[in-house]
Amino acid sequence: MSEMTYLKAISDGLRTEMRSDERVLLMGEDIGVFGGAFKVTDGFFDEFGADRVMDTPLAESAIIGTAIGAAVVGLRPVCEMQFSDFIACGFDQLVNTAAKMYYRQDLPVNITVRLPSGGGFSGGPFHSQNPESWFMHAPGLKVVAPSTAEDAKGLIIAAMRDPNPVVFMEHKHLYRRVKGEVAEGSYETPFRARVAREGDDLVVIAYGAMVHTVLEATTDLAGASIMVLDLRSLVPLDEEAILDAVRHCSKVVIVDEANETCAAGAQVAALIAERSFEDLDGPVVRVASPDCPIPFSPPLEAAVLPSVDRVREACRQLLEY
Amino acid sequence: MATSSTHVRSGPTTHTDPAHLTTDDRSGLLRDMLMMRAVEARAMNLYRQGKVPGSFYDGFGQEAVSVGASWAMAAADRLCALHRDLGAHLVRGVSPATILSQYMGREAGVTSGRDGNVHFGDRRVGCVGMTSMLPDMMLVATGMAMAFKLRGEARCALTWFGDGSTSRGDFHEAMNWAGVQRLPVIFVLENNQYAYSTPTNLQYAVDPVQRAAGYGFRGVSIDGNDVEAVFEATREARERAIDGGGPTLIEAVTMRMHGHGAHDDMKYVPKALVEEWRKKDPIDRQTAVVSALGCDVEALRAEVLAELEQATEVALAGPMPDPRTATDRVFAPRDAGEILLEDGAAPWSGHRQ
Repeated sequence: MSEMTYLKAISDGLRTEMRSDERVLLMGEDIGVFGGAFKVTDGFFDEFGADRVMDTPLAESAIIGTAIGAAVVGLRPVCEMQFSDFIACGFDQLVNTAAKMYYRQDLPVNITVRLPSGGGFSGGPFHSQNPESWFMHAPGLKVVAPSTAEDAKGLIIAAMRDPNPVVFMEHKHLYRRVKGEVAEGSYETPFRARVAREGDDLVVIAYGAMVHTVLEATTDLAGASIMVLDLRSLVPLDEEAILDAVRHCSKVVIVDEANETCAAGAQVAALIAERSFEDLDGPVVRVASPDCPIPFSPPLEAAVLPSVDRVREACRQLLEY
Repeated sequence: MATSSTHVRSGPTTHTDPAHLTTDDRSGLLRDMLMMRAVEARAMNLYRQGKVPGSFYDGFGQEAVSVGASWAMAAADRLCALHRDLGAHLVRGVSPATILSQYMGREAGVTSGRDGNVHFGDRRVGCVGMTSMLPDMMLVATGMAMAFKLRGEARCALTWFGDGSTSRGDFHEAMNWAGVQRLPVIFVLENNQYAYSTPTNLQYAVDPVQRAAGYGFRGVSIDGNDVEAVFEATREARERAIDGGGPTLIEAVTMRMHGHGAHDDMKYVPKALVEEWRKKDPIDRQTAVVSALGCDVEALRAEVLAELEQATEVALAGPMPDPRTATDRVFAPRDAGEILLEDGAAPWSGHRQ
């Protein structure tokens, strides 16, 4: 075990798999000589060379489309979008070509698409988005979103080994803020939820950066015992873990950093309403970014992104219900 | 080809070079075109009988483009065919019965009823099925070629696309990347004059074959209704690709003789234009070539029709898919092992030498 940042854990997972599987190659803008906009692939060019750490033209559709072609003839490409926002330019290849290939012709597309996502640092409307629910709505794609260094490494390795296209949401605001003990060598994190903290009175369900916001918001909440469930995977969604938590606590708050409408949390809320209505002792409460672009100026951005205070207040009100 | 410049002016020219084709090859080209036309005519009848759901799309009059190009490809090469390119599937070895099953949404179709009409690719013969977002497959073919080059393999990828596709960004992204990396990929622009109802003068200001030079590789314009010319241009492009000479853009000039789909009466196409192109029918032309060589074309036609009759019976007898399986196969299981594209048939005698 060694302590490393969330960012280094992603790098460690990529490097570990590339050393053991020569089919894996990385494709993206400025990822080679420069080491990537966030330095996730720093040093990779020297170790693996230009053929496996490929600096591509500025062409997101080409990155996804050519990765699909390479995958169906035996490579395992990992595509980096410089920012998750830019996947909009590669959307068609991902949701139409990659997602539907196995269903249509029994041909798996083993690609991993890394999406540095999320706000909190004045990135503005085009460098702060959380587009995970776009892909939850495209059957055939898996979507994962680690919140810890340990899971970042385990999920990126599992994503590369999964025969399906996997969208890997890596939260930029966690890159250097979050550290943790990470095991040496190779391991996989399952595409299932984990209990980030045990509790009995109320469960907060979140993923990605919001797990940390939630843990801070509920550390000392008037003596209440708060469970925190970290989804880790949005597709597949760990329905049993969600329903177990609701049955145990009977009160639930769901937190998304993404815009509220049709966010991952909306699907979680619908699941609970359909399957666990009798277990509830209060309304399902959601906390999310309102439906507006993520603004640039710090006071505006802070007014939009779910804060520790907003989560704490939502929990407090539900506990009193 | 007749020219060594990086591009030539558009407009069909004929480059038939029978030196690379045996008499059997030349009648084989005709046979595959006859089968394509026969299968599509039968499918149109089945559509009118209500047995083909949705609409129906064919490549009547364009048979030379898919048959000629796919004949030049080797077993280990990989193809992405378009909706006017049924011939490519036949050349690679997909049976007429499987194709008719596909059109009718039957279980025995290539997609087991999960996708319709010619939106299919049989991975067992090295083909990726097209999507409706044209020309997405240009990038997929480019990616396959990239993998071949990275692994140092003497293989090549080919995709077809239409004149309308040249307006989309993926055309640019694929041409650019293929040029930058000098990839072993062949782009066959099937210029059939109309993208649905939109004529080429509303699609581009400069003939797209000239753009190849802008991406740093060769572009040639050929007579897309001459199957041997299409074969020869593709054979040469493949040879160059395998030798490390990079991509080629082949513009096969042809004409869409039917509507975009069975629902389209194509009133927007001048009748005189259709009549002009009817005289250039690729099957009539290859029939003349093969007859002059002493082949019995009537026997060939009879053989094709007999095979089609049998295929129709088989397809009609096959079951529809079980509705309970509609949501199966969304995700590939982890334990399925590595499932990739496999080799297809490569009928050209040159691949057996």
